[in-house]
Amino acid sequence: MNARDSILARVREALRGGSSSSSFAKATKDEHVAESETQLVDGSSEVRQFLPKVPGDFAGQVALFAERSESLKTEFLSCADEAAARAQLKLLSDREGWESVAIPADSEIRALATEVSITKLEVSRSTLKTDLEKVSAGITGCDALIAQTGSVLLTAKSGGGRALSVLPVHHVVVATSSQLLPDLPAAFELLERKYAPNFPSFMTLITGPSRTGDIERVLVLGAHGPRKLTVILVGGEGAEK
Amino acid sequence: MPSAASQFNNDATRMVADLGHRQMVQQSLSGYQKTRSSNANRFQDWESARSRAAATKDEAIRHLDRYLEQFEEKLVARGAKVFWANDAMEARTYILDLARAKQARAIVKSKTMVSEEIHLNEALEKAGFQVVESDLGEFIVQLRHEPPYHIVFPAMHLTRGQISDLFQQKLGAEATTDPEALTMTARKALRQAYIAADMGITGANFAVAETGMISITENEGNARLTSALPKIHVVLLGIEKILPRLADLPLFLPMLATAGTGQQLTCYNSMVGGPRGADEIDGPEEMHVVLLDNGRTRLLADAEQRDALRCIRCGACLNVCPIFRNVGGHAYGTTYQGPIGSVITPHLRGLQSWQHLSQASSLCGACTETCPVKIDLHHHLLQNRRNAVAEKGSPFQQVGFKAFAFVVNRPGLFAFAVRAMKCFSPLQRLFNATPADPVWPWTKSRELPSFARKSFRDLWKQRTS
Repeated sequence: MNARDSILARVREALRGGSSSSSFAKATKDEHVAESETQLVDGSSEVRQFLPKVPGDFAGQVALFAERSESLKTEFLSCADEAAARAQLKLLSDREGWESVAIPADSEIRALATEVSITKLEVSRSTLKTDLEKVSAGITGCDALIAQTGSVLLTAKSGGGRALSVLPVHHVVVATSSQLLPDLPAAFELLERKYAPNFPSFMTLITGPSRTGDIERVLVLGAHGPRKLTVILVGGEGAEK
Repeated sequence: MPSAASQFNNDATRMVADLGHRQMVQQSLSGYQKTRSSNANRFQDWESARSRAAATKDEAIRHLDRYLEQFEEKLVARGAKVFWANDAMEARTYILDLARAKQARAIVKSKTMVSEEIHLNEALEKAGFQVVESDLGEFIVQLRHEPPYHIVFPAMHLTRGQISDLFQQKLGAEATTDPEALTMTARKALRQAYIAADMGITGANFAVAETGMISITENEGNARLTSALPKIHVVLLGIEKILPRLADLPLFLPMLATAGTGQQLTCYNSMVGGPRGADEIDGPEEMHVVLLDNGRTRLLADAEQRDALRCIRCGACLNVCPIFRNVGGHAYGTTYQGPIGSVITPHLRGLQSWQHLSQASSLCGACTETCPVKIDLHHHLLQNRRNAVAEKGSPFQQVGFKAFAFVVNRPGLFAFAVRAMKCFSPLQRLFNATPADPVWPWTKSRELPSFARKSFRDLWKQRTS
């Protein structure tokens, strides 16, 4: 018997030994939480009631995202429209003294970065990781922003692959107001709706710049990933919703 | 070699006397406790979230065979390879053979406790591969040739001064006591490792059956780099990591962060479901997922304790445990420390050799109370004590417990015994805390409580008469 079959056989054998007298599934029974699977399957509305509360309106969600960003040390900028976003990127580039940026081969991000007049590395299969490591910043789009946690949801598709959003020292995310979602269940609903069953091979929730507390529990930013995370929300301010 | 039990007794005795160490641990954990409770309070209903998480894990465990097959099928469909390993040796052999076949030279790893469990680093290094731990805490303990001190905070026991000395010695760094400067030294050293590595090894916090994805929770970005840059990505995980659905993650991710590090959400929660896709620009060419049993099915067969397989390795039970906080992580001598380690190690590595850990508990229940998936930890410690004695108790235990049961089941005899003990009590005082004291193992470091003047039974009689 190969290992696969013997592990599965042991699992089945183990499960045949009853669990009625044990503390196993006690939590299930005690708290009257759904025991049947059908009830567990459609649970995101229930989970939503347990998680931290999120305002129902757009302005409230923007405010919550801004508040979460501040405590995470994410720089959050909102601007009225694409023209303002282009100007914002230019300002950012000047302020940070960027020498080069990396962008996905994506016409929207390219259009937004037109005023940033420095070397632009458009990532592709032939991009060297040593080159990508050296750029001043990586600019990407995303799939969603999540107000509840101040997170950015991106995938290998929306984020220009796996490395662009983690290798450069500064990650800039551009999002539109329609991408702002209230909470985590909504983010996972979006992933299923948008991609299932052909999910990108990589999807991630980014919540603040890279950090560590491994030395005496002192917070240090930029452990391995970006030291800076900037989120620009287009249509987050002064725009009619 | 001393037995695990005597090793534990020696180390624990030494560590509890080390006041500096105790202070350091208490201080490290005080910040965690504050942020943890403030984040749990942000939940609209933390208690229901715990019940829901426990029920979801139970569901995964009840149908573990089916979910494992589903997980494998989905992953394979997207071009990943899945390898099943009965034990540590099979898992090590697979990874070693793979590294040889692919002519990997440098291997970069992100934190995985399962690799500690199977002693993967030693095996790879012995075979001539260069292995670098990339999680900062793991990197530090690797440089010190030490096992991780805590499943979530591997270098929690070290001061910045010690880390600075280490970096000066091993990396030729400048002396500094600034945690930021120290972190940047490690960042620089490890960047080179990422660029050079041709194989990346990560663990997984969850394995989503429905979509065939692993989910990795981290703060530093090292797991992201490890799964993005090298051309081969190896994932090592225990079979208990299964979650039924993708929609379970919005519950488990914030719960793990809250219980584990006191954050609302850790910095990166990444889901990986295969090697680079046909239309994607980067990512590894190959993804290998190693599913490890190594004693987990034994724990599954114990209906009374199988809820321990719900464990999401958040480390919360360590953080609140009065034993862990005093003896520290290394004294346990196990991969998994603290209450959860004391519960599962006897199942993974043998009851008789590891049952002493279930004695190292005040049974205060703080672990059970804090566990985000409601594992009945302190009762399992009691059950392990019972099972160990039933299986092979010492003559003293066999006779002692029988005698105790005989006495306490007979009210008259019990009353007599209590009175007799009271008479002996002044006699004991004469020898108190000397080796001649019959209860010397207790009194050498503690005070023996004195008998109350009136017993509960006396007081009760007075009340009712």
